[in-house]
Amino acid sequence: MQPANKRELESIETQLLLEGVYQRYGYDFRDYAPASLKRRIRLCMQKENLSTVSALLDKLLHDPACMERFLLALSIGVTAMFRDPEFYRAFCATVVPLLRALPFVRIWHAGCASGEEVYSLAILLHEEGLYDKAKIYATDMNEVLLQQAREGIFPLKTMQGYTDNYIRAGGKRSFSEYYTARYENALFRPNLKTNLIWAAHNLVTDASFNEFHVILCRNVMIYFNKALQDRVHHLLYDSLMPQGVLGLGSKESLKFTPYEDRFEELDGREKLYRRIK
Amino acid sequence: MGYELVVIGASKGGMRALQVVLGALPAGFPTPVAVALHREKGSGEGLAALLRKSTPLVVTEPEDKEAIRPGHIYLAPPDYHLLVEGTYFALSIDELVEYARPSVNVLFESAAEACRKGLIGVILTGENQDGARGLVAVKAYGGLAAAQDPTTSEAPSCRRPPSPQFPTRRSCRWR
Repeated sequence: MQPANKRELESIETQLLLEGVYQRYGYDFRDYAPASLKRRIRLCMQKENLSTVSALLDKLLHDPACMERFLLALSIGVTAMFRDPEFYRAFCATVVPLLRALPFVRIWHAGCASGEEVYSLAILLHEEGLYDKAKIYATDMNEVLLQQAREGIFPLKTMQGYTDNYIRAGGKRSFSEYYTARYENALFRPNLKTNLIWAAHNLVTDASFNEFHVILCRNVMIYFNKALQDRVHHLLYDSLMPQGVLGLGSKESLKFTPYEDRFEELDGREKLYRRIK
Repeated sequence: MGYELVVIGASKGGMRALQVVLGALPAGFPTPVAVALHREKGSGEGLAALLRKSTPLVVTEPEDKEAIRPGHIYLAPPDYHLLVEGTYFALSIDELVEYARPSVNVLFESAAEACRKGLIGVILTGENQDGARGLVAVKAYGGLAAAQDPTTSEAPSCRRPPSPQFPTRRSCRWR
């Protein structure tokens, strides 16, 4: 079969797969960005040793363990402690001063995956003396990843590798102060975990659950198509207090979204915006 | 035939050739160009600024869902994969492909599916395997595939005889 025809067939099968997953498990990937979704599905097929999308659908519907692996494949993007160190610097420079004025601070980290970036924010707040009056709500659609994040245990070698990021992000102390080493693992100290609240939440299917002073949703919406992005922006806007801050990934934007006019830029390069309307 | 898009891929060793290729494009060049160049995670504005010196065309790093327009050279941002989706760019932060992010394979494969015969894919030699599969995809969908003659690469480790997994109609010498 010509590659073009093969792809047309694959498109039909993919639509059926997404519909099947939604009906069986309630996860809605139907409005995910097609190019990256296709790559992830094909990778999944390879790992499961299957040669058609239909075969993957078959397995997904009948084998929940396979579905868990599929969900993981669609959940993870690259993450690290203080990933994009400049973002944390910008957060310190433009957002922290706003938070100092508040009696308490509620932050939503949407799409937290395995939690590294949440712990990074916790460390930043700690060093700025804001942690005790803050609560970070960290959510993700994947409960396996959430559990990992909640435990706060990471490979020691990997953690040590993050020291450089911590310094470049403006870290004022010693990164190793924040964790204890046990055998090959690094465990975040309990005092860093007390104000972190982990919960399952799906940006596509779930509603707003609170109002926040800060919402971070970084490099999550790149996996959504434009229509879904607009719906999620609606959700985020609704969950943000007036004068609240929204943080996106460095190559994401509010441009051409329905809420573009309701925000002003705090940092145009690191995509920090404040709600003004 | 009117081409929709030119995609260029380069790993370490391809920078000079990239400047030469971009420099050869005239001011009114009608086809958008997208480049996946292997680059350091933290590499900032410097690369785009450097390339701007080689060309009158507009050099930018696209944002997610940005429209692909003629007169532009789009440079894949550091630590993201750049994909083509219809007439827009899309980004991802998926795993490294052939140890690279941005990956040439990812750009080329998505562009091949989106543009098919309307695609020109060019590989500039570098140190890395990333791009071989991408170029195969370009050809498979009817696009035009080209690769730099690896003996002219600027990185000594990349100078080697042309390798069989780059199935091109033409192998070009860049000055």
